[in-house]
Amino acid sequence: MTDTTPADVGFAPPAEVEEVELYHAKSWITKYVFSQDAKVIAIQYSATAIAVGMVGLVLSWLMRLQLGFPETFSFIDAADYYQFITMHGMIMVIYLLTALFLGGFGNYLIPLMIGARDMVFPYMNMLSYWVYLLAVLLLMASYFVPGGPTGAGWTLYPPQSILPGTPGHEWGIILMLVSLVLFIVGFTMGGLNYVVTVLQARTRGMTLMRLPLTVWGIFIATILALLAFPALLVGGVMLLLDRVLSTSFFMPSIVLMGESLDYGGGTPILFQHLFWFFGHPEVYIVGLPAFGIVSDLLSVHARRNIFGYRMMVWALIAIGGLSFVVWAHHMYVSGMNPYFGFFFATTTLIIAVPTALKVYNWVLTLWRGNIRLTIPMLFAIGFIFTFINGGITGLFLGNVVVDVPLSDTMFVVAHFHMVMGVAPLLVIFGAIYHWYPKITGRMLNETLGQFHFWITFVGAYSIFFPLHYLGFLGVPRRYYEIGETAFIPASAQSLNAFVTVVTLIVGFAQLVFFYNLFRSLTKGEPAGDNPWQATTLEWQTSETPPGHGNFGDELPVVYRWAYDYSVPGAVDDFIPQNKAPDETTGRSEPT
Amino acid sequence: MAIAIVVVLLIVGSTVFHFMSPWWFTPLASNWGSIDDTIMLTFWITGVVLIAINLFMAYAIWRYRYQKDRRAEYEPENKKLEGWLIGLTTLGVVAMLAPGLIVWADFVTVPEDAHVFEVMGQQWQWSYRYPGRDGILGTTDNKYVDFDNPFGIKPDDPYGQDDILVQSDEVHVPIDQPVKVLLRSLDVLHDFYVPNFRAKMDLVPGLITYFWFTPTKIGSYEVLCAELCGQGHYAMRGIVVVDEQIEFEAWLAEQPTFAQSMALARAPGTDGQEQTASAQSVASISADYKISDEQLNLLNAYLDSSLE
Ligand code: HEM
Ligand SMILES: [Cu+2]
Ligand SMILES: [Cu+2]
Repeated sequence: MTDTTPADVGFAPPAEVEEVELYHAKSWITKYVFSQDAKVIAIQYSATAIAVGMVGLVLSWLMRLQLGFPETFSFIDAADYYQFITMHGMIMVIYLLTALFLGGFGNYLIPLMIGARDMVFPYMNMLSYWVYLLAVLLLMASYFVPGGPTGAGWTLYPPQSILPGTPGHEWGIILMLVSLVLFIVGFTMGGLNYVVTVLQARTRGMTLMRLPLTVWGIFIATILALLAFPALLVGGVMLLLDRVLSTSFFMPSIVLMGESLDYGGGTPILFQHLFWFFGHPEVYIVGLPAFGIVSDLLSVHARRNIFGYRMMVWALIAIGGLSFVVWAHHMYVSGMNPYFGFFFATTTLIIAVPTALKVYNWVLTLWRGNIRLTIPMLFAIGFIFTFINGGITGLFLGNVVVDVPLSDTMFVVAHFHMVMGVAPLLVIFGAIYHWYPKITGRMLNETLGQFHFWITFVGAYSIFFPLHYLGFLGVPRRYYEIGETAFIPASAQSLNAFVTVVTLIVGFAQLVFFYNLFRSLTKGEPAGDNPWQATTLEWQTSETPPGHGNFGDELPVVYRWAYDYSVPGAVDDFIPQNKAPDETTGRSEPT
Repeated sequence: MAIAIVVVLLIVGSTVFHFMSPWWFTPLASNWGSIDDTIMLTFWITGVVLIAINLFMAYAIWRYRYQKDRRAEYEPENKKLEGWLIGLTTLGVVAMLAPGLIVWADFVTVPEDAHVFEVMGQQWQWSYRYPGRDGILGTTDNKYVDFDNPFGIKPDDPYGQDDILVQSDEVHVPIDQPVKVLLRSLDVLHDFYVPNFRAKMDLVPGLITYFWFTPTKIGSYEVLCAELCGQGHYAMRGIVVVDEQIEFEAWLAEQPTFAQSMALARAPGTDGQEQTASAQSVASISADYKISDEQLNLLNAYLDSSLE
């Protein structure tokens, strides 16, 4: 056994910059509504994201009802179905997961975990939330305009997205694009904040290589988002111009139902490049925070250091960098130059290596641990299981020639739900069970948590695992109904019905979770400051929930990395990051 | 503990599901068996990894479950182990990627002797064009598209006159001859997907895309549109019939050439029935393409709104 931690124990340099003056709210409104406290903003972001996520969830039920029982629900017609998938996809990816991981967890955890009093630009942080809220409201408004929301698919591919054959081409698409632009504006304000805060506001001794992986994950994801969203922004604005001012960025000459349109000279594939230059990093924008958080959940609840911390950090960075050179794996059959396939298949499969390393290190963190099967730990294990499954099907779709038969089938739907739908959601649940005690001062109910975990984990797997096989068969995605198709056996319909029933069960199990969230606010067991006996700074605050300014009079000073669990010779099986070497037995000397 | 057992059960269940599943690839009807092979190779490599990691994890959960008086091992890293794992993973990746790229090289290299036909997509129907006796497709442009010339063939292009037009969702191809499929769309993106051939490619307005295959089994195979193209996307179906050469030629001979269809359109008797009113053309489209009532309603609704 080696005695080196990635960051030497004990070293805490003197402060280089003075503490920044903290903004103090003067009224109830500036404290809780137009708040500049990152913790309040975090709650606002999370509540909004979860609320709009519920809309996305209900939409998935409606879609599943249609797919499971195609003749039964006459109130769902083809236009409705396409509007459902579009809104569902966009809501889940952008307005729920991106907002919740970065705006929600980012705001709450970054300052607390790095030992800062707040974000460095609190005013901009506040604006970020309100612009996000506006974006959400505009998106929801598309249900109330003539023609309804857009049904162009979450990818919004032109020409179809702005032409009459697609529902919502009147107003829905305009609102969608404007809403996205606002989201990006709002996100950019928040995102710059997170990056600068991590770089500038770490407390004394908190070197980069002592940061908890949660912070690393959110930090890298934010950088990705800052670089990727501009591509969506320009793509969106150009599409908006095509729609509203009849420019032709993406529009070639078109004969629609026998009539020539006034477009010409543009190219639809350009939009796809812009979209996926954003869209692929987006997968990691929701993935990396999940990777980071789950690393910490595993370490805390297995009472063992995260295995291979340095490699975990480099893997995050490598994945982040590579994610910018793989985008066209979504376009293998788009009609782009087929020779691109060689390049993009190679880069895509290279990403598998650092990703696989992360999986190994998570499992090796469990190995020789002392595993407490708490609810957060269960969700973390559920994540590993689901993520391995979804990661593996990514190797199919990334390998260009294998993608040819599978792309645009239910296999793709199954793959991305596993890897970027269910897996990050399991982490989010685990994270909520883990940090709820810090946020509210009370524990969530364990029995309800068990119920919630088992139904969600086993249920979600049963929903999406079988769908791969419909994809092998050749069932395309985005089909309102499959109808009479010779190669599709009747049994496929029974499978679809089964999947729909499980979807509803999983959906309703979430009510138990919400009940738990509300009930525990007042009835939960008091948590104390550090119920999980964790090492990171957010658990070392003098008050729970942490007060304004997070850390009482004096900021903590950090002496060690975040993973001193079960250090031989130490009294407890964890040593908080801010514990000086001479306060513990066994490891007194800086190495 | 339950979680270790459930992880094992899910793995066993998934494996059983895999071998029992009645839902699997359709019977292959083209030369792209090599794609199937690459998929199976990927399946075995990744399947073994999936099972191995998960069983290892389940074992670790059980073996290192919480015990009050035990401590976890403190081991920040193990460079050697990480090195091995990276090495082995890289090997696995290469084992999948290399054959994949070799097959892809095949996929993008169209054989010299491939014959050609064109697939044309529009909301929400397929039609097809063969080059005729000269073997060359006539030039097309959207500006020539009208009721008499739905393919938009340049009227005075000599190569176009003998083009054979198939205004139906069914097309025939001769068995065992490589074919290069040229793809063209009048309006939005579509995707020509025949599960039995394992191949698909988008149709992109403003571009001509292509892929190739060799049909290897007599039969008729369904075409599904695999790129969201609006409300009627799910109903945009077609048929490819793989024939013996003789039957194929007989079928081809029944189809009109461009010159013939233009002559027909100009012939007396159809004069004066100039199809300008949209409603009329919708009715005849529906007759020609056997589209469903529902789509007919869609078309009508669209035309009504555009006439307003
Ligand atoms: C249990 C929860 C969920 C269920 C039952 C579900 C179900 C579905 C269904 C049935 C479709 C349409 C498939 C098709 O016809 O092509 C779909 C599409 C989609 N879902 Fe989910 N989903 C769930 C959660 C999520 C989550 C958490 C995400 C976040 C990443 C997500 C992202 C998407 C996306 C991006 C699409 C594609 C939309 C499109 O084709 O334009 N879903 N989902
Ligand atoms: Cu991607
Ligand atoms: Cu389509």
